[in-house]
Amino acid sequence: MDLVEYQGKQYFARYGIPISAGRAADTVDEAVAAAEEVGYPVVVKAQVQVGGRGKAGGVKLAADAAEARQHASDILGLDIKGHIVRRLWIEHATDIEKEYYASFTLDRAAKLHLAMVSARGGIDIEQVADTEPEAIARLHIDPLDGLGLPAARQLASDAGLDPEALDQAAAVLVDLYRCYVEGDADLVEINPLVLTTDGRVHALDAKVTLDDDAAFRHPEWSELEQIGDVDPREQLAKEKGLQYIGLVGSVGIIANGAGLAMSTLDVVNQVGGTAANFLDIGGGANADIMANALEVINTDPNVSVILVNIFGGIVRCDEVAQGILTALERVDLASPIVLRLDGTNSVEARRMLDERRSEQIIPELTMIGAAIRAVEIAGGQS
Amino acid sequence: MSIFVDENTKVVVLGLTGSQGRFHGLRNRAYGTKVVAGVTPGKGGQDVEGIPVYDTVAEAVERQGADAAFVAVPPRGAAEAIVNCAAAGIAFVVCITEHIPAKDEALVAARLRRDFPGTRLLGPNCPGVISPGKCNIGITSGDIALPGGPVGIVSRSGTLTYQALHELSQQGVGQTTCVGIGGDPVPGTTFVDALQAFEADPETRAIMMIGEIGGDGEERAADYIRNEMSKPVVAYVAGVTAPEGRKMGHAGAIVSGSKGTAKAKIEALRSAGVIVAKNPTEAGELMVGVVRQFEGEWTATTPAQ
Repeated sequence: MDLVEYQGKQYFARYGIPISAGRAADTVDEAVAAAEEVGYPVVVKAQVQVGGRGKAGGVKLAADAAEARQHASDILGLDIKGHIVRRLWIEHATDIEKEYYASFTLDRAAKLHLAMVSARGGIDIEQVADTEPEAIARLHIDPLDGLGLPAARQLASDAGLDPEALDQAAAVLVDLYRCYVEGDADLVEINPLVLTTDGRVHALDAKVTLDDDAAFRHPEWSELEQIGDVDPREQLAKEKGLQYIGLVGSVGIIANGAGLAMSTLDVVNQVGGTAANFLDIGGGANADIMANALEVINTDPNVSVILVNIFGGIVRCDEVAQGILTALERVDLASPIVLRLDGTNSVEARRMLDERRSEQIIPELTMIGAAIRAVEIAGGQS
Repeated sequence: MSIFVDENTKVVVLGLTGSQGRFHGLRNRAYGTKVVAGVTPGKGGQDVEGIPVYDTVAEAVERQGADAAFVAVPPRGAAEAIVNCAAAGIAFVVCITEHIPAKDEALVAARLRRDFPGTRLLGPNCPGVISPGKCNIGITSGDIALPGGPVGIVSRSGTLTYQALHELSQQGVGQTTCVGIGGDPVPGTTFVDALQAFEADPETRAIMMIGEIGGDGEERAADYIRNEMSKPVVAYVAGVTAPEGRKMGHAGAIVSGSKGTAKAKIEALRSAGVIVAKNPTEAGELMVGVVRQFEGEWTATTPAQ
């Protein structure tokens, strides 16, 4: 789960990382009240899951209540790269001397945690990595060793942070590592980490991605609100426990296994179609799961055909066929199903479907054949 | 020959008394795998259809001589279970568990690296390993695999692995071993690990590799293939159309910025001389073509048994 800035900052604060005083606001009046509370000057910041907020007019400085009101009114409802702003974060403005960068993430290849620190903060770090890779100091951390203050201070020093910032930056790095590990984040990033004109180091922005698989040991995560627009199809799929990602095409996809589902999207694309979604029904392709999957896809008005691609291993194709037939009784489908069943018991499955002769089910023997047929149908109806 | 497992491998199933462990453990035994023990703390002394259950892995090793483990326990206990296997001296651990927190996986990797370098982990979140006719540990359906080689398969995806097995078996092309490395960010066994083992195995003559978006395992495999491998490799990479920033089912399958794209992986593999297929069916066809092209040559140089 990706947190928006203010949620990330509040998460940082749990681990003792210094942040500016601030408050969230959903209306112009709330924004002004928040500004009064944290004290002028304030920064009014759009809370959306996308970078480049400043350039899009989503971050503005206000010296008094009139300006805070004006900016809040301008920013609320603003469309930033397709994300509508519905919440603001109002924080006390900071006088910045220097801007740094700090992050922790997993280096998959090394199977170690990776810290990155740079004195070139405030801009896109990928750009820094491309143009001045030497400006980023990197440190691999073995989880059995962790990160102590001396190593953190050395890292900050290697990155070229100013001498007066080193002690505080080291402390922030140690706390940020703790936030990353104990907080079960896939990524924690502070950009910029600032040195203020009065000599304090603190986090001026926050990017945090939580590891959903660790939710069982973080009951506090259930209080985190999803900020921003949620795809209603994804919301429904989530409620039904399905692995679904909404896309914009016309061919609804159901497959068993993430790899096969991804591959089905690719093949639909190769034969000139576009997928409406990614949906993996996993190993337990029973009637109930199949009916749920068909129900979710049925809510998508862009879908004109559903491609069901099942390879039976442990899952038996005759069970899947039974599942689809049962599902058809439960769900009133708006689109025909192109069905490819292969693997364990596929012959029996095809016989079962032949006997029922549902006009809504169009069987195909191969994955490519099924994709071509589905795309033909989608093309014919659009 | 096969890699990682063979007909003498003795398997202990962690979680044999649970639904997943029981179902797959018994299937593996029915396939012919030597499933010698189960482990569930607190259930020592019981048995599952004749397979003795112990409280600890150490007991299963001591009493039954288990040398491989099949970890089929839920996510919150899986990391500890893997380390327990390593501590008991198990050399090969297969973990099928999905949704283990990434921090736990990193910690397991660190423990194995530092304290138990003799233990190889396959997975987590993988379908397991099958050496057709010899040993099957995990969730792969044994009847779609064909013994006898000459192809080795390594894959990040479960269902696509089955698809690959099926395509080859239907054409009468057998497999030496099929290894599912899994779709998580910290795989115990990587593409390069499996490729190295296949390169060293005289009975494996060609390798089919199935990758997907995310990470740089495929790019590293390409480097290894370019520099170290003599055997032909056919590859398929899933996720050409995957959108940025969304995990495609597997925790490790995510494109972030320009990193981890299928396009970059395909280009890296092509430049290393790998035959890259557009879809899994074509990968099967291309591999059958490679086998037909070289089988005469291979028969002439059959390794001494």
